Amino acid sequence: MVTMSVSRCRSLTWALLLAASLLAGCQRTSGAGEEANAAGTTIQDQGSDTLVNLALAWAEAYHQEYPDVTVSVTGGGSGAGLAALVNGTTDIANASRPIKPEEIEQARAKGFTPQELVVARDAIAVLVNPGNPVDELTLVQVADIFSGRISNWREVGGEDRPIVRLSRETNSGTHVYFLEHVLRRGENGNETLFSTDTLLLPSSEGISAEIRQNPNAIGYDGLGYVTPDLKVVAVAEAGMPFILPSIQTVNDGTYPIARDLYMYTAGEPDGVLADYLRWILGPEAQALVASLGFVPVEP
Amino acid sequence: MRASRPAEFVIVQLIRAAGFSAIVFVGLILFFLAREGGPALLEVPLDTLLAGRWYPIEGYFGLLPLLGGTLVITLGATAIAAPLGVLTAVYVAEVAPRWAREVLKPLIELLAGIPSVALGFIGILVFVPVIRTTLGLPTGLSALTGAILLGLIAIPTIVSVAEDAIDAVPRTYRDAALALGATDWQTIWRVTVPAARTGITTAIMLGVGRAIGETMAVMMVTGNAPVLPSGLQALFHPVRAMTATIAAEMGEVANGSTHYHVLFLIGVVLFVITLAVNLVAASIVFRQRKRAERILS
Repeated sequence: MVTMSVSRCRSLTWALLLAASLLAGCQRTSGAGEEANAAGTTIQDQGSDTLVNLALAWAEAYHQEYPDVTVSVTGGGSGAGLAALVNGTTDIANASRPIKPEEIEQARAKGFTPQELVVARDAIAVLVNPGNPVDELTLVQVADIFSGRISNWREVGGEDRPIVRLSRETNSGTHVYFLEHVLRRGENGNETLFSTDTLLLPSSEGISAEIRQNPNAIGYDGLGYVTPDLKVVAVAEAGMPFILPSIQTVNDGTYPIARDLYMYTAGEPDGVLADYLRWILGPEAQALVASLGFVPVEP
Repeated sequence: MRASRPAEFVIVQLIRAAGFSAIVFVGLILFFLAREGGPALLEVPLDTLLAGRWYPIEGYFGLLPLLGGTLVITLGATAIAAPLGVLTAVYVAEVAPRWAREVLKPLIELLAGIPSVALGFIGILVFVPVIRTTLGLPTGLSALTGAILLGLIAIPTIVSVAEDAIDAVPRTYRDAALALGATDWQTIWRVTVPAARTGITTAIMLGVGRAIGETMAVMMVTGNAPVLPSGLQALFHPVRAMTATIAAEMGEVANGSTHYHVLFLIGVVLFVITLAVNLVAASIVFRQRKRAERILS
């Protein structure tokens, strides 16, 4: 009996020791990862949340091909990325908008001129059910539909049906871009909001599933997420021809709901950084662009 | 024998610690929710929090549409799940022949094991189109669809707890009722079910608690439009639940921002609602037990 209880206490001590060493082990592994990075070259890449998934995919693919180069990607927004570039805490700034003149001024004050590179393009397609007779909408009509001023398909040449508006969640970069460039027409001080009854769906799949089966629905999503069983509406600026989105119309700038996505470097890139940026414009990296729903840049 | 005392002492303390740990965890959860959600009350004026518009990226933090959405879905789910669940429990416990009972019980427990994401998929593919076409609604992504799915999620809990409660009614009650000439139906409706009502109430409350906290299925089928619900027809419109809001927005929100604090405040509100439901259930159980004791004495 005596020995039994002693051995039990001992095994408890062992269990505690084991647990403690496991915890310590966990902490040590995270440190080891950083040491390995320090051995090779690390490229810091910070900025736009729209670009963050694409930048991560590139970083991962590049690291697999060239294991001695690690690209560490952080989001935070285009402004945060460009500020980090000016302060010298990042090598690449991702941006979903062109750099502002005052940001160039700040960089010049630090002794360099930011170099711009268009790495991908982002186009947003306006989608309806294949049974919907509406083929084309002006940007103003699209804006009026999503802000709630138009709520029946009859008002834009369709059937007498209520309009069900579908949008991505508010934290999606696509949502913000659509709000600023379609609903607010890119105007400062324009406070137009999405109609409150706009359905906010957490995924592209949610949007396409609803549009596929509901003839009342209208939605929007990145061009790369559009499946063939949805109908894409041709869109036009006031007085311009109606244009369907495609890799070609996005690249020649005729499709109106599209933007360039940029990477900025502090001055002309060289060495590892230049290799990485050259790889990004290559066919392998641009294939990843298409798979994530963006439009590849044509060389 | 005396030497085994230390081991016994350790074991007793471990069991005690395990018992108290539940209280400690709930306390810690409340503490962290309050610590992260509290600042929202200082950062956002109260009239903004009580406004009818939720659009967090532009500083509209009105919680009422989300609170209303959760209430509409939960009430709808309760209206569906409570009668169905209790009647199923009565059937399984009192009416069903032995073989049917042995098939039904495991099947109902299997329903409880279906992940809510899978139910959400079924919701999107089956319920959403059917509800839109049969009811003639603009869209099937509505509070009703969410309520039906939550009802499906709550039913197994209700059936399982209520069935145990009905089963626990002493055999002598039924024998006495039958001996007095009551029919089977009268025995069930006037004797067995009233005798088990404490357990049945607990079952419904547990089901409601399960429904309030459910997230994934709700996010997939209710449309998540933050519309302030008004009246009964809100059941047929898209709504945005509190749980879905937290799940959809927490991933991308900047740590420590006002939006982040408001999301935690929603967590506090959910916690308080769940606590209230449990307290109501506990007080009903307590009151009925006291009454039963009075009758017996």
